Amino acid sequence: MESLYLSIVLAPLLAAVIAGLAGRLVGRAGAHTVTILGVAVSFGLSVYVLLGLLDGSIQVYNDTVYVWGISDGVRMEVGFLVDRLSALMMTVVTFVSLMVHIYTIGYMKDDPGYQRFFSYISLFTFAMLMLVMSNNFLQLFFGWEAVGVVSYLLIGFWFKRPSAVHANLKAFLVNRVGDFGFLLGIAAVLYFTNSLDYQEVFAAAPALQGITIEVFDGHAWSALSLICILLFVGAMGKSAQVPLHVWLPDSMEGPTPISALIHAATMVTAGIFMVARMSPLFELSLTALSVVLVIGATTALFMGLLGLVQNDIKRVVAYSTLSQLGYMTVALGVSAHAAGIFHLMTHAFFKALLFLAAGSVIIAMHHEQDMRKMGGLRKYMPITYWTALIGSLALIGFPGSSGFFSKDAIIEAVHFASIPGAGYAYVCVLSGVFVTALYTFRMMFLVFHGKERMDAHTREHLRESPWVVTLPLILLAIPSVVIGWLTEETILFKNYFDGAIQVLPSHDVLAELGQHGTTPAYFLIHGLLAPPFLLAVAGVGLAWYLYLRRPEIPARLASRFAVPYRWLVNKYYFDDFNEKVLAPATRALGQRLWRTGDETLIDGAMVNGSARIVGWLSGAVSRVQTGYLYHYAFAMIIGLAAMLGWLLLES
Amino acid sequence: MITVSHYLTLSSVLFILSIAGIFLNRKNVILLLMCIELMLLAVNFNFITLSRFLGDAAGQVFVFFILTVAAAESAIGLAILVVLFRSRKNIEVESLDSMKG
Amino acid sequence: MEALIFYFFGSVLLLAGIGVIIARNPVHSAMSLVLAFVTSAFLWMLLEAEFLAIVLVLVYVGAVMVLFLFVVMMLDVNVERNRAGFTRYAPLGIGLVMLIVGMLGYVVWARTQEMNFLQAPPRAAADFSNTEALGSQLYTVYVYPFELAAVILLVAIVAAISLTMRRRPGLKVQDVARQVAVRREDRVRIVSMESDKES
Repeated sequence: MESLYLSIVLAPLLAAVIAGLAGRLVGRAGAHTVTILGVAVSFGLSVYVLLGLLDGSIQVYNDTVYVWGISDGVRMEVGFLVDRLSALMMTVVTFVSLMVHIYTIGYMKDDPGYQRFFSYISLFTFAMLMLVMSNNFLQLFFGWEAVGVVSYLLIGFWFKRPSAVHANLKAFLVNRVGDFGFLLGIAAVLYFTNSLDYQEVFAAAPALQGITIEVFDGHAWSALSLICILLFVGAMGKSAQVPLHVWLPDSMEGPTPISALIHAATMVTAGIFMVARMSPLFELSLTALSVVLVIGATTALFMGLLGLVQNDIKRVVAYSTLSQLGYMTVALGVSAHAAGIFHLMTHAFFKALLFLAAGSVIIAMHHEQDMRKMGGLRKYMPITYWTALIGSLALIGFPGSSGFFSKDAIIEAVHFASIPGAGYAYVCVLSGVFVTALYTFRMMFLVFHGKERMDAHTREHLRESPWVVTLPLILLAIPSVVIGWLTEETILFKNYFDGAIQVLPSHDVLAELGQHGTTPAYFLIHGLLAPPFLLAVAGVGLAWYLYLRRPEIPARLASRFAVPYRWLVNKYYFDDFNEKVLAPATRALGQRLWRTGDETLIDGAMVNGSARIVGWLSGAVSRVQTGYLYHYAFAMIIGLAAMLGWLLLES
Repeated sequence: MITVSHYLTLSSVLFILSIAGIFLNRKNVILLLMCIELMLLAVNFNFITLSRFLGDAAGQVFVFFILTVAAAESAIGLAILVVLFRSRKNIEVESLDSMKG
Repeated sequence: MEALIFYFFGSVLLLAGIGVIIARNPVHSAMSLVLAFVTSAFLWMLLEAEFLAIVLVLVYVGAVMVLFLFVVMMLDVNVERNRAGFTRYAPLGIGLVMLIVGMLGYVVWARTQEMNFLQAPPRAAADFSNTEALGSQLYTVYVYPFELAAVILLVAIVAAISLTMRRRPGLKVQDVARQVAVRREDRVRIVSMESDKES
């Protein structure tokens, strides 16, 4: 089995190396052939593993492949933990990656960095697989940073654009903040358990909780809460939760396939995956769960609101991604890890679909992304339209679509949850549904319906995208519809993640939910009457009224409610806060540290100071070296006298 | 009766004389070397005395080695002196300060 | 008798030592040193170290001191200036010497009173060979140090020779290696030239 898992991981890496280093040699066709082949191998094997795990022909694999360092009893290794959770992630990652690879052939057709791009996305696939298949914190961190690096490279793929360079720098810096927390979390894990291996750490977790019982009513934090919250800070950076979300909208400077692959479907869900993987730790800390819940709920609602005022098609989808990531985080917060992962999976499909559809529109519009200059594209691009519609319906949770099942499960789980913050979260996720429907269909109506607002030249060239673009759309649209029907019951209620995800019985909202009914049909009937569906319909209706029926109203609303509107347009002033308060403060602090710590203390006192002391001392000592023999003899005799005296005093 | 103290006194006086000689001679390096020989003689005296009074031949073996090393030392020292004299035309201690730091 | 010998040679030894350090002429110093060695040899005899006593006379007086004398006489040292600059460090030097005198005196007189239980063993029989006793020690227990001492002597010989040997410019000696290594090209030069026509 080891070679099987190794080939899953290494196939994309090999392809990336070939396409990256020998890109000029293999040419464009060679680059995309070899990378698609690599990812296809990974995908095929991942599906095989997933199916094997499902029917029991493959056992859960948890073993070390390579030990690269042992330090003070801490083993640093490369190892794989392949259970149903990682197998599901592997399949999703490789599938979306494969689709994006194919799609890229069409999207990047004329780009000079064609081979480089394929190399990067294959490298990303490798890194993401390393992340999800890891069985220890160190490899997790490796994957974590590796996807971060590739994300950085890809956001700045068009490195001649200043905005892209700015955006990738921003993404990198914001992620550093999160990664710092993550690293501290790993360090805390190491400190408290003296191990980096998942299983050993999880086994030690209850003991940690035992230590902390007294701490709960004291003033200090418990060790477990500390670990979990620090780890979650990492997840906040990678999964773009408030307040570390600021990089994700800007990351849309990257090519659209990247937005679909990295910044919607896979990398940003790494945080969700990580928290789910760490469920044995998080479950033991109510504090951490509440933090997760509140942050997720805030992200889910308020980032959705921002989507209402965006005009860039990709940014709308980006904010919806933020909002959906908030939903997943909420699910983790109420211990409905399975629901969170389920939503992660469905979201990967429909959000990748939406991004790729947006990309298809952008190709047709000659890289114009402003929705105010679109409209009425439905008749020019039917495939794109219908697939985007499917994606949108899934996004708003239209009954029957995949998004419906997962989102409804989350909302219901929050409804049943009783941990602190659940009430706030319930309000947030419910209103989030309405907001989601509103901005999603605002986008749909602005782009595909209504007046054609583009200029004449663009209109002449409007036509459906080539098959390499539409094929992935169709292939992604299919799971966006059916995946919910197929897997809802298995994943949510049949102990699918048995052993991989651990939920305390007292927190198990999904089991509670399951008592009412588990089948998709039950969900469908129940969903038709529940508030989320009504809210979604209301949202779609409002979007229709505002943007199709009476398009002049939004402008009037904007001027009427100028203050909140300005808040939304300026994204709650997060960026301004960062730029005007945090950055100068950090710079001032750095300046101060540099001046006092570096220049005065280290350079001045320690480096130059020690040199000066040595110089002074040797100047003094060199005067002793007179070169006269009798001085040396004299010194020897003084030494002799001293030794003799010492001997006398000793005895 | 001559006790061990007599011999030790003799050798320590000899030793102190040689130290004083090193201080007194500021000019001639050869005299320094001679004082060192004298010093070694004093040390050898101690060894032989105690070898006799302790009835242990090891002391004499030591003296044998010291004599060897002293012979080697004075041979090389004198050779250096000769070379020095050739190049500087004098062997005054005070003019030898090229090792000054 | 033993006390008489000890006091006689002891005082000669001390006088010779004083002579070494205060003589103006280095040759006198060296002669005093020879005297000191010889008297020491007598005293060593008294201490039943016959072999070493003889070695001292043979090696030191015979070889080393002759070397000293040779060097002293070869290097024509200006005797008159030998004492200049002596007074500068004298107080410090004298103080230090007094300190050492005090400490040695304390050790030898105050402390060795306790050591006087060390009585000299009875004289060895007439047929006892000190040389043999020392030899058996040297060639068994101390054989490696002994070999080492031999090497040290060898090194000293080589060092002394290599330090003092020099090749004077203009010395006419045979260099066999160069004679053997010579080639035709070094010696014969073939010149092609126009033959003079006899007119």
